[in-house]
Amino acid sequence: MSMNRREFIKLAGISTLVGVGGVSVFNKLQNNALEASEFTAGPEALNAKQWAMVIDMSKFKTPEDYKRCMDACHSTHNVPDFNNPKDEIKWIWPETFEHAFPGQEHKYMNEETKEKSFLLLCNHCANPACVRVCPTKATFKRKDGVVMQDMHRCIGCRFCMAACPFGARSFNYRSPRGKDANGQPLIKEENTAYPTRMIGVVEKCTFCTERLAVGKLPKCVEVADEFSKGALVFGDLADANSEVRKIINTKYTIRRKPELGTEPSVFYVIGGNDYAIVPELL
Amino acid sequence: MLDKALKGSRGYWGWLFFLTGVMGAGFLAYLYQFQNGLGVTGLSRDVSWGLYIGQFTFLVGVAASAVMLVIPYYLHDYKKFGKIVILGEFLAISAVTMCILFIFVDMGQPMRIMNVVLHPTLNSVMFWDSVVLSGYLFLNLVIGWVTLESDSKGIKPPQWIKPFIYLSVPWAVSIHTVTAFLYAGIPGRHFWLSAIMAARFLASAFAGGPALLIILALLVRKLTKFDPGKEAIQTLGKIVTYAMFANVFFLGLEFFTAFYSGIPAHQHAFQYLYAGLDGHNKLVPLMWTSSILAVVALFLLIFPSFRKKEGVLAFACVSLFISLWIDKGFGLIIGGFVPNMFERVTEYWPTIPETIITLAVWAAGFFILTVLYKIAVTVREETAGIEIEH
Repeated sequence: MSMNRREFIKLAGISTLVGVGGVSVFNKLQNNALEASEFTAGPEALNAKQWAMVIDMSKFKTPEDYKRCMDACHSTHNVPDFNNPKDEIKWIWPETFEHAFPGQEHKYMNEETKEKSFLLLCNHCANPACVRVCPTKATFKRKDGVVMQDMHRCIGCRFCMAACPFGARSFNYRSPRGKDANGQPLIKEENTAYPTRMIGVVEKCTFCTERLAVGKLPKCVEVADEFSKGALVFGDLADANSEVRKIINTKYTIRRKPELGTEPSVFYVIGGNDYAIVPELL
Repeated sequence: MLDKALKGSRGYWGWLFFLTGVMGAGFLAYLYQFQNGLGVTGLSRDVSWGLYIGQFTFLVGVAASAVMLVIPYYLHDYKKFGKIVILGEFLAISAVTMCILFIFVDMGQPMRIMNVVLHPTLNSVMFWDSVVLSGYLFLNLVIGWVTLESDSKGIKPPQWIKPFIYLSVPWAVSIHTVTAFLYAGIPGRHFWLSAIMAARFLASAFAGGPALLIILALLVRKLTKFDPGKEAIQTLGKIVTYAMFANVFFLGLEFFTAFYSGIPAHQHAFQYLYAGLDGHNKLVPLMWTSSILAVVALFLLIFPSFRKKEGVLAFACVSLFISLWIDKGFGLIIGGFVPNMFERVTEYWPTIPETIITLAVWAAGFFILTVLYKIAVTVREETAGIEIEH
């Protein structure tokens, strides 16, 4: 044996590195385990090629309507309330026209439209910038068009937050599982059927994949139907007979920042008066 | 050769001790951040990158600037850079290390850093940035070490190192181009969505990096028996001057496009940075400081009679370095986030823990730089007067 201690340690170190690293990478590739994890769909699951939503603004009458959608979503998904805009996490929220559609407002616009609140959420873009930039595939596009996020893979680099043109993403700057200054839990009432998140990861609206998997519509859609049928309509954009397509075919709809090419899947019907509808399409 | 770093003056050890102290304070601040999350920084939902990523971006430029020595020396056989080129390579090593540390402290889940390797994502610019940065670190470690070791033995560096040296030239350009692509390929952030971003990055890098190197070379000469060479420093001064002109010119182009086109969204960030927007103007004094320092530096650099006085040159380089640090290490990042995607203004300012962590990363960089320069300088002192062809 003509190997001294130093050489032996060197060799042992290198072979361990190559062995362990190589084998694990090989195994991962073979099992195709590189797909990020998510909810498994049951037999009653709803399916689509590109889930989409039409939001009919004429059917939102009072601030209470927006709040109901927001609260239902946030309590279902254990979205914490940090009570400050800096660390804020939100999946769905209201925003005035000029801030929801910047560049579209003008000084002669009627006050009603200008001040009108629009319900904003992740656009589940067909060509999402957030998915393109993510360095770990923690955010990815599902076969049904939902832009999804793997909380256990996210490294918290926040490249997706820089890339999303719609400000749809929030980061857990503090632990959502903690308590506020008054000792109250940040998640008011935890929904044990849905996971809470850990500190340092990005999150956003998921179009309720956990509900789609068991044949239910997204929570906000369900709640909106209670106060105004058809305020939020959910369906498959790729299916010409879907309800969303029927509305898009007959009414004038707008999307946020379509010029950026991300192809948002959330459509807005401004409605409320005849001028907002293109007559030829009726 | 590492043993050369273990023998030093009281000043050397005092400086290292001081840097270790700063690093220690930063480590404690980092533990606090690790425990409580990035909420302890000034970052927010609207301004989600700040001081850390700004420093990272700026330092990639410093690292890339080593190429401004490598090209004249190895491709144009400019012998005067023979002694100083190692200072550039070692500066690159320290700068890339700081870049990696800044990325690390910016991560929400730093323990998952290996996910970038475990799930390589070819469509992510950040993945490529990690590839080119680690590659550049490796190249400079190998080149710097091998050439210095040959110098210390008084022999020519081995032939096999040449391809690595040539490869380091396009590689240096690549690290800053890819870093610029982090910003320039994002839809909806008008301030960053500019085809000239990579060119601007390179111009500011080739001004700021060599300016720092001039300061370091003057310090080395003052503190040790090693003289990097008067003429080499003057040549670097010329490089800084040209690069800074290019940088200011490119910035002017951005202003022209934004304001002559009259497109409001393209003007907002500039308005916020230089004049304030909707009553928010936290960055205005900083940005004007940067502009004034840039003008002062250029004025002193443009006239050879000023530039040739080393005191004036040093002053110009310090002004220029601070100017670029503000512009690229701070304004460029924050400007991209203000106004936000809803055209609302949320301002950002670093917190105390964030500042301490930032200082500590710089201290770590200077620690590495000091040790590497100590080795290089000792070798140079021992072989004074002997010139070895690389």
